[in-house]
Amino acid sequence: MFQKIAVSALIAGFGAGLMAALLQFAFVQPLLLHAELFEIDPHTALDFVTVQRGPFDVTREALNIVFSALIYTGYAFVLLAAMVWAEERGEPISPRAGIVWGAAGFITMHMAPAFGLAPDMPGLNGADVEARQIWWYGTAACTGIALWLIAFGQNWAMWGAAIVLLAAPHLIGAPMPDMLTQVAPPELAASFAARTLGVALAVWVTLGLLLGSVWHSKLAEG
Amino acid sequence: MTKTIATTAPTQTKTSSTVLSVLAAGILGLGIITVAGHVQAATLHDAAHDVRHTTGFPCH
Repeated sequence: MFQKIAVSALIAGFGAGLMAALLQFAFVQPLLLHAELFEIDPHTALDFVTVQRGPFDVTREALNIVFSALIYTGYAFVLLAAMVWAEERGEPISPRAGIVWGAAGFITMHMAPAFGLAPDMPGLNGADVEARQIWWYGTAACTGIALWLIAFGQNWAMWGAAIVLLAAPHLIGAPMPDMLTQVAPPELAASFAARTLGVALAVWVTLGLLLGSVWHSKLAEG
Repeated sequence: MTKTIATTAPTQTKTSSTVLSVLAAGILGLGIITVAGHVQAATLHDAAHDVRHTTGFPCH
């Protein structure tokens, strides 16, 4: 069983990771590189169109592909573990179900954490990184459990617990900096947050679809 | 009684194998996410920098 999970997760995770790297390169990286110019010199008044992309850095882009593939492979293992566990309880894995699982993964790992900690580009000010990481993990865990309870809960006690878990991290609140001293333009930061979420949704839905497709195919048998 | 044991034993074995596989996959996945996305060691942070920002992880 573990071998089948591992093979499926590696195939789907790597595929989704490549897609993430491609979308990042096309839509996110220009904003990120532009933001870094403001990080270096806050007073840089630069034309938005002409400076979006600096010289092509092969090593940097290669590392982006490697780490995209790694992170989405990690997500694939976690998502498939949940899908297999649900299949044991009578929810068959299919490509169509995979799309829903992917959307749930996006809400858990991206949307809910972003509700408190908007995806920040370089040059933005943030609270202590460890505090933000603890909040990130706590929010992802609460949201994941809540979505499971909404999907598979059988009474209002479970659904009520789900609502509490969904709301709790945001009522507690994400760690925020004491002072807002950002140097990057808000137009850039807003675009960055919106685009990273859009990319993540596209990739997560694809990840779920791939997992649902690979699981019952001959590929998964290794 | 013998019949009951004969029918439940394979199911239990299958279920415990599934539980272990699911747990192992979940832990492995979270481990990969933590190392690639969250560990603050300088080299790792620099290498994963752009992807961490794009994935919405607290980066620095």
